[in-house]
Amino acid sequence: MKNRWAGRHVAETIFKGLMLFSFGLVAGSLALILWTVISKGLPSLSWSMLTQAPQGGYYLGKAGGVLNATLGSLYMAGGGTLLALFLGLPIALYLETYLGRSVWSRYVRLALDVLWGIPSIVYGAIGFIIMLAIGMRASMLGGIIALTLLELPILTRAIDEVIRMMPRDLEQAALALGATPLEVATRVITRQMLPGIITGVLLAFGRGIGDAASVLFTAGYTDRMPSSLLRPVASLPLAVYFQLSMPYPEVQNRAYAAALILTFIVLVVSLSSRWLGGKLGKFIIK
Amino acid sequence: MQPHIQIRNLNVFYNRDQQALKNVNLEIPHNQITVIMGPSGCGKTTLLKSMNRFLELTDGSQISGQVLIDGEDIYATGMDVTEIRKKAGLLAQHPYPLPMSIFDNVAFGLRIHQMKKGRHLEYAVQHYLEAAGLWTEVKDRLHQPATRLSIGQQQRLCLARGLAVEPEILLADEATSALDPISAQHIEERLVDLKKEYTVVLVTHILRQAKRLADYVIFMYLGEVVECGPAIQVFDHPQQERTRAYLEGRF
Repeated sequence: MKNRWAGRHVAETIFKGLMLFSFGLVAGSLALILWTVISKGLPSLSWSMLTQAPQGGYYLGKAGGVLNATLGSLYMAGGGTLLALFLGLPIALYLETYLGRSVWSRYVRLALDVLWGIPSIVYGAIGFIIMLAIGMRASMLGGIIALTLLELPILTRAIDEVIRMMPRDLEQAALALGATPLEVATRVITRQMLPGIITGVLLAFGRGIGDAASVLFTAGYTDRMPSSLLRPVASLPLAVYFQLSMPYPEVQNRAYAAALILTFIVLVVSLSSRWLGGKLGKFIIK
Repeated sequence: MQPHIQIRNLNVFYNRDQQALKNVNLEIPHNQITVIMGPSGCGKTTLLKSMNRFLELTDGSQISGQVLIDGEDIYATGMDVTEIRKKAGLLAQHPYPLPMSIFDNVAFGLRIHQMKKGRHLEYAVQHYLEAAGLWTEVKDRLHQPATRLSIGQQQRLCLARGLAVEPEILLADEATSALDPISAQHIEERLVDLKKEYTVVLVTHILRQAKRLADYVIFMYLGEVVECGPAIQVFDHPQQERTRAYLEGRF
């Protein structure tokens, strides 16, 4: 009797220890990343880093900044997220309303889940092949399209889950009060789904802005400020990569500064999504 | 005085071959609690939902016949379905608050029908929360999410929300079956109170509840109205063998 109890407690302790270890590993990694980026990047994060494009000799340690990459990343991730939303929302609605519980809806969801797992370099390569075929050069538009493809499965599945969680009785509750279908959609369903959709959008944006591989071939890189959809454009992940591969310590430290800017953007995006989600989400019906 | 609701030759099919209601003819009196009772699957809820045109929300439902409220056929072409649903409020089996605050839940109907504004809206919300017996419990947290209320409180909130659009008829679909006994009693007391001003139609499969509340009784079995009449008559002197069998618990 006593032994059995002891055995259960031993198992309990072991698994608790295992969980604590895993938690420590993840939290520690996050802390390490933040510490590295901040300790190496912060000293190099000057005002000119934020407000200037690279000047002549920038990659040798001379004056300039990464504003071109910051803006390029914001434009491309913003454009990609917007396009993915315009494509993903109808797909998610179609999945729910027309495909319903049919076999096809399972196939489409499976396809989206597979797409979610595909490495971003594959999106970049495919985008590049298509661009070659139609004679398009690396450009901001190419980057936006590659990021759209990358973000689409994330966004669509996120919205799909939100729609699937939507209780049908909620619609009936509003209809029973004499609401029109339009009022049900704008005043009830939107309120119920908005927090989830916002979370999905920001999740997709975060994935898009942090991705280097998909924009490497499709958007190219340039030291100029972004000016046209059809010209190459810089991005922060690639700015980090190129500066880190230079043999000069000052330039390498600037890579950390660029990484810090990127981390900061992602942090702001995810914190604001949490804040917004919490503010709007406390009313939703579970 | 003409009956508040009249139902004539009502037939309802689901998916063409499944007949849920068979040639129903009924009259439901003003300002009484009419109880529709019968074993599950007998068409009680279908009958109830024919009165606020909720049946058409079910795919594959077909309706023929007439449902008249105050002598007007609600299935006639050109009838405004939102007006019908405003006139015949529904209290569902399970409370579904809207995804907003307690206050906004009650104000929802008042706002979409543009009935009240500003100060008047606030007074109205208080009035209907009082009518539903919830005001004292929520008056200090009107702007909290409705989902923080207990299930019993949520059901009374749904009642307040339904009353706020000033219906004449209250349709209650087993409105107490998801609640604990005390909350159920709360709702029952409210319904008895409300029949002074409203015509209440209650669906229940609980015989004791029917006996407690009913002024007028409709007994249904397999899609047909077997017997209907004043509660005393149906409960004490049922005319039909099937009614007698149900009342004696032989189903």
